[in-house]
Amino acid sequence: MKKDARLSETEEGTVLYGVDPIIIGDRFGIDYIHSYAQDSPFFAGLSKGKLLGSRCPGCGYVYATPRGSCMECGSKTEWFELPLEGRVHTFTTCYLGSEAFLGEAPFTLILVEFEGANTLFLSRLAGADPEEMKIGMQVKARFRRKCTFRPTDVYFVPYEGDDQRRR
Amino acid sequence: MREVYIIGGGVTKFARARPEADFRLLVKEAFDRAVEELPGPGRDKIDGTVCSYFSDYFTRQLMAEAMVQDYLGLCPKPSRRIEGGGASGGLCLHAAWEAVASGRMEVCAALGFETMSRVNTAKGNELIALASDTNFDFPVGGFYTGYYAMMAQRHMHEFGTRAEQMAMVAVKNHGNARFNPYAQAPAMLTIEDVRSSPMVSTPLTVLDCSLMSDGAAVVILASEDAAHGLCSRPVRITGVGSAGDTMRLADRPHGKVVPLPHENKDDYEGLKYPGVHSFRGGRIAAKTAYEMAGITDPPGELDFVEIYDSYTSSEIQGCEDLGLCRYGDGGRFVESGAPFMPDIDYGLKFRGEGGWKSVPVNPSGGLLACGHAIGATGLMQAVFAFWQLQGSIGKHLGDSTLQVRNARRGLVHTHGGTGTSVTVTIIEAVS
Repeated sequence: MKKDARLSETEEGTVLYGVDPIIIGDRFGIDYIHSYAQDSPFFAGLSKGKLLGSRCPGCGYVYATPRGSCMECGSKTEWFELPLEGRVHTFTTCYLGSEAFLGEAPFTLILVEFEGANTLFLSRLAGADPEEMKIGMQVKARFRRKCTFRPTDVYFVPYEGDDQRRR
Repeated sequence: MREVYIIGGGVTKFARARPEADFRLLVKEAFDRAVEELPGPGRDKIDGTVCSYFSDYFTRQLMAEAMVQDYLGLCPKPSRRIEGGGASGGLCLHAAWEAVASGRMEVCAALGFETMSRVNTAKGNELIALASDTNFDFPVGGFYTGYYAMMAQRHMHEFGTRAEQMAMVAVKNHGNARFNPYAQAPAMLTIEDVRSSPMVSTPLTVLDCSLMSDGAAVVILASEDAAHGLCSRPVRITGVGSAGDTMRLADRPHGKVVPLPHENKDDYEGLKYPGVHSFRGGRIAAKTAYEMAGITDPPGELDFVEIYDSYTSSEIQGCEDLGLCRYGDGGRFVESGAPFMPDIDYGLKFRGEGGWKSVPVNPSGGLLACGHAIGATGLMQAVFAFWQLQGSIGKHLGDSTLQVRNARRGLVHTHGGTGTSVTVTIIEAVS
């Protein structure tokens, strides 16, 4: 036993915001080892310029955002390739946002509807000013050249294509 | 199931920051107010607690519910956490109701808090957005105001709702809050103030959005026997309903409206439902609670509603989900003046048309003006409803302006996610 034992000192100090009450800076961060698991083929698809959705072999429900299991009947779904053109179902331009995306503001979010799909797909829209945005406008998928295996590897731009039937 | 009563309620003032009190002390402040009207040492009558707080990231303290229980001096009584995003407080109220209704407890305290000032606003929005699909939604630009804004935009497209009608909700709720000393942001606003405030996410401006807050709220529930022994003016919970919907807005079905008893199915011919313009969870939670309480004509049988107005648009959508007006009429319902307090001057001219009955919506000021300390919010709404039905608003707020005349039956509505988890609770005065 050592009576003169000491814990080591550090020179880190502490960020102090106030003393009454005492308010200090305190960091909390985690690096995850995140598996896309059953959603993996979607992200692999983005790296090949493909937009993959899910189709239910049991009831025929078609998902524009993939899900491994059908919410209508519980069957295991199958992957299929979505068309790369769709329409804006709704939109918003964000001037503020979460800290992670503040540097990208303003950015426009859209929910895309595809011919023949029962559900929608959330994405970013580039190339249109907020005042040019309209529900029903035609949009086309573009893929980032350098993929990051994030859903933002695909985004949409305005597109003047053949007129399709609106949802 | 046994009848369940509310016998006590307490809230802290909601504020942008309460650095002088941590989550335990905030709950203690609300708890002491809730038990002070009970006879004897009120604390001793409590058999156990349920506690709601939304985010581990805001609190950065796991098992915080146990620490609250500990701080209140309620060990070794049972406690557990209830969490469901913004619906946490409403779900917590239901958990306490279940504890008493089942006979497990005679008296159960529902505790709720959130301490959101511990991060900056942008980080706060990020922590909230983690309650969206982190594979497909969050990385695209995760931001709840953005999600609700897309729903508002579709509501405008589908039904012709206008931003000015949404702004009237902000005028109403901030206006009501002028008479509520617990509210974070009382203000006399104009439609122009709301529309000219900084744009957050089109069409929602800063004043269309609720506030981040530090705060706590406590509701004490009891069985019939306990209630009459402990409280001179208990109120009764006569209906509870909760329902959910898909986490991702993109997955919402485009099917058929679920009608309430006073609605005609044919009115909604051709309307794809819920899509992203309406909240199926809110409708089904309401339908369940109405059936339990025996309500067949909600606007005629409710005297006031505390709705989860995280955004002005979601109050309009919520009024429709609850059947206060038909789907699509929410904007005109607001314009008619029906959800405003009849005796308060808001500086607005109402159209008075549409034939809607007066049903004050968010007489307290709602989340828009009282603030939104997520885990506490649903319980805060329930405390204000409790005081309304006791007729004790004047006593508790020091001003009876917000007392709804002859308040016999009220409704409390909470939302988690984008209507991903919704609770409805019907509370009635006891004659």
